[in-house]
Amino acid sequence: MLEIKNLHAEVEGNQILRGIDLTVKPGEVHAIMGPNGSGKSTLSYILAGKEDYEITEGSITYNGVDMLELSADERAVAGMFLAFQYPIEIPGVATMTFLKTALNAQRAARGEEELSTPDFMKLVREKSKDLKVTPEMLRRPLNVGFSGGEKKRAEILQMALLEPTLCILDETDSGLDIDALRIVSEGVNQLRSPERSMIVITHYQRLLDHIVPDVVHVLSKGKIVKTGGKELALELEANGYADYVGEEA
Amino acid sequence: MTAQNQRVLSAAETGFVEAFAATHGKQSDGLSEARRAAMARFEAAGLPHRRIEEYHYTDLKAKLRSAIALSARAEVAAPGALGEVETQGRLVFVNGRFDAALSNVEALAGKISVSAWAEKAEAPAHDTAAFPRADALVDLNTAFVQGGATITVAGGEKLEKAVEIVHVAKGEGASFSRIDLVVEAGADVLVLESYQGDSGAYLRNTLTTLEVGDNAKLTWVKLQEEAESATHLASASANLGKGAELSQFLFDAGSGLSRSQFAVAFNGEGSNAALRGVSLLKGDSHADITLSVDHKVPECDSREYFKAIVDDKARSVFQGQILVKPDAQKTDGQMMVQSLLLSESAEVNVKPELEIFADDVQCAHGSTTGEIDEDLLFYLRARGIPEKEARKILILAFLGEVIDELDDARIGPLLTSRISNWLHV
Ligand SMILES: Nc1ncnc2c1ncn2[C@@H]1O[C@H](COP(=O)(O)OP(=O)(O)OP(=O)(O)O)[C@@H](O)[C@H]1O
Ligand SMILES: [Mg+2]
Repeated sequence: MLEIKNLHAEVEGNQILRGIDLTVKPGEVHAIMGPNGSGKSTLSYILAGKEDYEITEGSITYNGVDMLELSADERAVAGMFLAFQYPIEIPGVATMTFLKTALNAQRAARGEEELSTPDFMKLVREKSKDLKVTPEMLRRPLNVGFSGGEKKRAEILQMALLEPTLCILDETDSGLDIDALRIVSEGVNQLRSPERSMIVITHYQRLLDHIVPDVVHVLSKGKIVKTGGKELALELEANGYADYVGEEA
Repeated sequence: MTAQNQRVLSAAETGFVEAFAATHGKQSDGLSEARRAAMARFEAAGLPHRRIEEYHYTDLKAKLRSAIALSARAEVAAPGALGEVETQGRLVFVNGRFDAALSNVEALAGKISVSAWAEKAEAPAHDTAAFPRADALVDLNTAFVQGGATITVAGGEKLEKAVEIVHVAKGEGASFSRIDLVVEAGADVLVLESYQGDSGAYLRNTLTTLEVGDNAKLTWVKLQEEAESATHLASASANLGKGAELSQFLFDAGSGLSRSQFAVAFNGEGSNAALRGVSLLKGDSHADITLSVDHKVPECDSREYFKAIVDDKARSVFQGQILVKPDAQKTDGQMMVQSLLLSESAEVNVKPELEIFADDVQCAHGSTTGEIDEDLLFYLRARGIPEKEARKILILAFLGEVIDELDDARIGPLLTSRISNWLHV
């Protein structure tokens, strides 16, 4: 279970998160919506352990462990996964090699045996087929020259391989065409399970038709200003954020 | 006495002058004349210092403090294989002298002729214009050279496997050796050269001359893996004929102080030279790579591509000069130097110099110096890869680009594994 309490964070003296409270239980899918610049990506980076932010107040625990004490790689080993809004290109690092290194690093950290190359290849082939990630893409350097949609599919492939217990998807739907949206959503839905929690950040109700959330939050100016069921997303789609963001201004 | 001679000699300079008087002052060999002339030049000019332009960042007068005796003959065990490279024939030099017992030149018979020597008395009369400019390191080499070899690859011979040249140092002392390599017209050869030594504070001075004949191809890979406390001073020059191809790779990872200077001259049209390398520096090591490319004739391409990893208080110096003479139309000269600083006290000096006297040419140089990209590091760590491992991956990726560009399957794996080994220390 993820518990975020009264989380305040700033970067270079600018307060970005201003007291976030959020509890995500195993098996739940929470959607976070909210205007541009409200702090959604910041929250996801802080969860994943990016070091650029100063946490001035509050706490993050996952399964009872203080996440703020862990480095990014330790958090990944603890089960966290962030699908980046803007997956970064890493020249010189072959996608396949990277996937194997990441998987085996996590296995080693958990005291599990490393996967042999044939077993690993089999696993990647299986998972990449579902996500329509081609062998040619896997041979290329990580994300280099991938189209926007290919990058997002590659993120979900990583998620499927690493099998995290807390998935944070930051605008995974942006830049996807209609077919890719379906492929990616199916990939995500396959991972839904009673043990796995998800936080889905999006601007569009459309994604939530595919990945149906249990809870929807509205984040505005670094605070959760409204929480509701999946119908909240429909209401936002119709009326915009005006009802929720006005009072803060 | 002339004013020039009243210059105060440093301890190191005096050491060389006295060592010369004691060894070569009276005796004679095939090189006596050249030796004496070189020593006279050295005595007049001394060790290069920072007011000499080519040595601005590498002040040898300040860095070489005390006198260092000449190395003695030594016996060593046969050096191990250099790595996963197919080889044929090997020349081994120990403390500057050719060691026939450890070498295997018979394997080269018929295709490559080798004439090697290890004693003053055997010293042949060398071409003394081995380097295009007056240089104290070349003069010291000529004055003291203890052993050498002339290696000639017969015209048209295309050899897939590498010829190994291994230079071993044992104990302290200064060693001087010289290799003259002639690749005759139409021949194709890979030379894999290694410099290695035990832990002594020795000094090595080498001189290499390369003649690449018309339509010949030379791939010259040099592994500079001297002991940490060693000083490595290497000078090389190359002359390229018509349609010749030179591909050079420098793996620059040893010695506390090194200078690798290489001068390439295009003498025949349509030839090309690619000089590449990686420097891996840590501790307080200082590595200087100084290149000059002389485009004398039209339609030649030169490419320089070097990368450096600089950790701790180490310092990397790169100087690259591209000279395009008036006749050298349609020259393509490209130079790129990229450095990755792994510590705040690491230092990099890059000095590109383009001198272009022809109008229809394409020349460019670029350099970048930076640190490991924190965003890339975060991405890898967010996938569960520990920081140390993630850094290694990024460093390998950074250096790998030069090996990829070299695109030579015979030596790529060797270089990659050398880099991985270095990173794991
Ligand atoms: N490193 C930084 N330095 C300064 N300001 C920053 C930094 N990172 C984020 N911010 C600011 O924090 C605010 C929140 O940014 P964030 O990226 O979290 O928004 P978001 O909700 O994800 O927006 P979008 O919907 O456009 O993706 C923005 O105003 C942004 O400019
Ligand atoms: Mg965002």
